[in-house]
Amino acid sequence: MPHDHHHHDHLSPSGHPYRPDQDTGLSYWQVMEIAIRELMIEKGVVTAAEVAAQVEAMDARSPAQGAAVVARAWTDPDFRARLLEDGSAACAEMGFDVKPMRLIAVENDAATHNVVVCTLCSCYPRNLLGLPPDWYKSRAYRSRTVREPRTVLAEFGLNLPDDVTVRVHDSTADMRYIVVPSRPAGTEGLDEAALAALVTRDSMIGVGVAREP
Amino acid sequence: MPLEPGARVRVRSMTPPGHVRTPFYLRGKTGAVERVLGPFGNPEQLAYGHAAERLPLYRVRFRMDEVWPDAPNPADTIDAEIYAHWLEPA
Repeated sequence: MPHDHHHHDHLSPSGHPYRPDQDTGLSYWQVMEIAIRELMIEKGVVTAAEVAAQVEAMDARSPAQGAAVVARAWTDPDFRARLLEDGSAACAEMGFDVKPMRLIAVENDAATHNVVVCTLCSCYPRNLLGLPPDWYKSRAYRSRTVREPRTVLAEFGLNLPDDVTVRVHDSTADMRYIVVPSRPAGTEGLDEAALAALVTRDSMIGVGVAREP
Repeated sequence: MPLEPGARVRVRSMTPPGHVRTPFYLRGKTGAVERVLGPFGNPEQLAYGHAAERLPLYRVRFRMDEVWPDAPNPADTIDAEIYAHWLEPA
C-alpha cells in the first residue's frame, strides 16, 4: 500500500482517503443567489446568456486602467493635480467609466505611505483595478490593517522606516480609493506605456510599491 | 451648517440596529475633518429602500494612538468616511 492510513475501507484506488465533492457546503447567501438567479431566468427577467456575459465582463476587468492612470499622473503634473483634486473626473478624462464610484486618489511620497482597506466589507475600485484579490476580502486583512498596518505591510514584504507616516484609508462609505505609488528611480526615459507596466495591483492598494525597471 | 476641513469631531457612541456604515472601532473616537464629501443619501435608509435623506459625508482623520492607545507608531493615521449624523463637535 502506498500510504498507511487507518481506515482502509475509505481509501480510493490510489490509496488516499476519499474527500467530499464540495470543499465546503453552500452558504445561506450562495443558496439565495442561485435561487433568485434561477427564478429570474425562469420568469424571463434575464437570460442565462446575459448572466454569463455579465460575469465574463466582471472577470475580464484588470488593473490595467488603474496602471494607466498612475502612469499618466507620473508624466503629466497637471493631470496629477486634477487626479488628486477629483479622482472620478480625472479618470473620466481618460475615457474610463467611473460613474458607479467616486474615486479618491492618495499619493505616496518620501514621507508618506498610503494603504487601502474596507473594514466593513470589501469596497474596491473594481472599474480601475478589476476584481479584488481574495486576501483583500479576508477578515484578517480587514481587521489587522487598521490595527497593525505596519505588521501587515511587512508580511507583504514592505518594511517601512519609522520616519515614513503610514496613512490607512478605511473605505467605509461612498468613496473608492486608489494609491498613486512613488515613481521608481531610473525611469526618466520611459514613456507612459512602459511606466504603466511597472504599476502593480498591490502598489495601487498600497501593500506594495511600483516595480523597478 | 456643514463642518469645515480641520474641524475636531467625535464619532457618536451609539449602536443603532440595521445597516450602519460607521465602523465600531471608531465610535467614541476623536479626529479632524480631512475633507467634505457628498451630500449622499443616508445608507441607513437606502439599505431598506426608503427615501434617503441627503447628508454631508466627512472624511475624518484619526491618529493611531487615539484609536489604539498602545499603537507603536502613534502619528500614523486612519482616515474613514463618516456621515454627518454620526459626528459631534469635540
